[in-house]
Amino acid sequence: MRPLSYARATGVDEAIATVSADRGCAFLAGGTTEVDLVRLNVARPTGLVDINALPLDRIEDLADGGLRLGALARMSDVAEAPGVVERFPVIAQALLLGASPQLRHMASLGGNLLQRVRCSYFRDGVSPCNKRMRGSGCAALDGFNRGHAILGTSEHCIATHPSDLAVALVALDAVVHTRGLGGDRAIPIDDFFLLPGETPQLEHPLEHGELIVAIEVPGAPVARRSLYLKARDRESYEFALASAAVALRLETGRIGEVRLALGGIATKPWRARRAERALLGVPADTASFAEAAGEELASAVPRGLNAFKVELARRVMVRALEAAAAMGGAV
Amino acid sequence: MSSTIEPAAAAVGAAAAPLAMRGPEAVPITLLVNGVTRRLAVEPRVSLLDLLREHLTLTGTKKGCDQGTCGACTVWIDGRRMLACLTLAITCEAREVTTIEGVADGAELHPMQRAFIAHDAFQCGYCTPGQVMSAIALMDEGHASSDAEIGEWMSGNLCRCAAYPNIRAAIRAVRDAPGGDGHAAA
Repeated sequence: MRPLSYARATGVDEAIATVSADRGCAFLAGGTTEVDLVRLNVARPTGLVDINALPLDRIEDLADGGLRLGALARMSDVAEAPGVVERFPVIAQALLLGASPQLRHMASLGGNLLQRVRCSYFRDGVSPCNKRMRGSGCAALDGFNRGHAILGTSEHCIATHPSDLAVALVALDAVVHTRGLGGDRAIPIDDFFLLPGETPQLEHPLEHGELIVAIEVPGAPVARRSLYLKARDRESYEFALASAAVALRLETGRIGEVRLALGGIATKPWRARRAERALLGVPADTASFAEAAGEELASAVPRGLNAFKVELARRVMVRALEAAAAMGGAV
Repeated sequence: MSSTIEPAAAAVGAAAAPLAMRGPEAVPITLLVNGVTRRLAVEPRVSLLDLLREHLTLTGTKKGCDQGTCGACTVWIDGRRMLACLTLAITCEAREVTTIEGVADGAELHPMQRAFIAHDAFQCGYCTPGQVMSAIALMDEGHASSDAEIGEWMSGNLCRCAAYPNIRAAIRAVRDAPGGDGHAAA
């Protein structure tokens, strides 16, 4: 591994000041992405500022029924927090269907949002990859792209966003709270994740040295009846080929309110707004679900090995909606 | 809703001074490993896994993938199972590290170790220290109620010999032993 310098921060502002002062410096939280990518020579910081001692790990209930999740709360702790389990089961399920128990004890929520893509051409350190080396091309376009995205892609990058948690948070209109030298910001999560477009090296709007301090999830009674469905090659400890976060409220057999977001098939956690619009007010039956899923996928761009994801994503959406409807819906 | 900046807080980061960085050359650190205080000099880039194996000759913790995939390097940090390969040793100052060498009570093996032997829960044995560290933690976490639950919560530990049925049998045996929560010797 490349040589690194190190400091442990005890205050948020000193951590921000230290990273901001040096372009080569990066924050170190759980390390499950950072240490891995440094060892692979894909991430090349010269210094790491350990933020694990910062008081940013609280899980708090908000007055509106929402949640404030500290950026350093660990995946395993958030998944078991009573307020999460009771009011936002989709978050707990997304967390527990991700990674392994050991990784969930380590990984922070802020780091989960900032985890890098698992595209093998990004990770190998040598293949053409516009995300890793701007202008070098994208080896995945005509390469081994079975796990890659069919929505939100560009000619410059088709890597899938790997987070399950972020899919649930996008469905719930979460807000990412940050602090940097420029002050505090509140960034709606759908704006936090950037499409690759012409600039796949840019994945989020954070400035260098800007730190995620918390994620707020606004109160949403509909989320009490919510779930996360994940289809993957193995039953456990694997990234999604296609996944869906769903929250549903029924009104006399029709859909009164719906949240739907998709993972494993898009370059960012994908809010399925077309499908949501198609679902509002229609009967909660399989035909309606299939039609809405089809509308969401109308713009899908499959490539070679990932063409199966169009049908897989359609089925995942339908099954997730069926399961949510079967939960009773009327709250 | 769009991104907002609250300029009132603009001075926060600027008010703090940057921290002094340590390294990249070897720096003195103090670790607590298996109840023993260890003082040594390591470069900040050294993983906990390499420190255990190369600096402390605690070679029970194994290096499989070195990228957080296989679980062979599972240790406990402050009592929770984690991966030593993705942990920088220097981040473990003031934290308590427990390895497979630290779970037995003197010459008396931990009940989970005895159960692994009794149920032939390994072939080559390379993943076994990580399996045992995970299995004991599994009891603590309360996720051993069924074979399905054991499988899900042990999924971070791969066994290329596929000794999984016997690993599950060992865990069941500890779970079902009289008063057995896997911690009789811990």
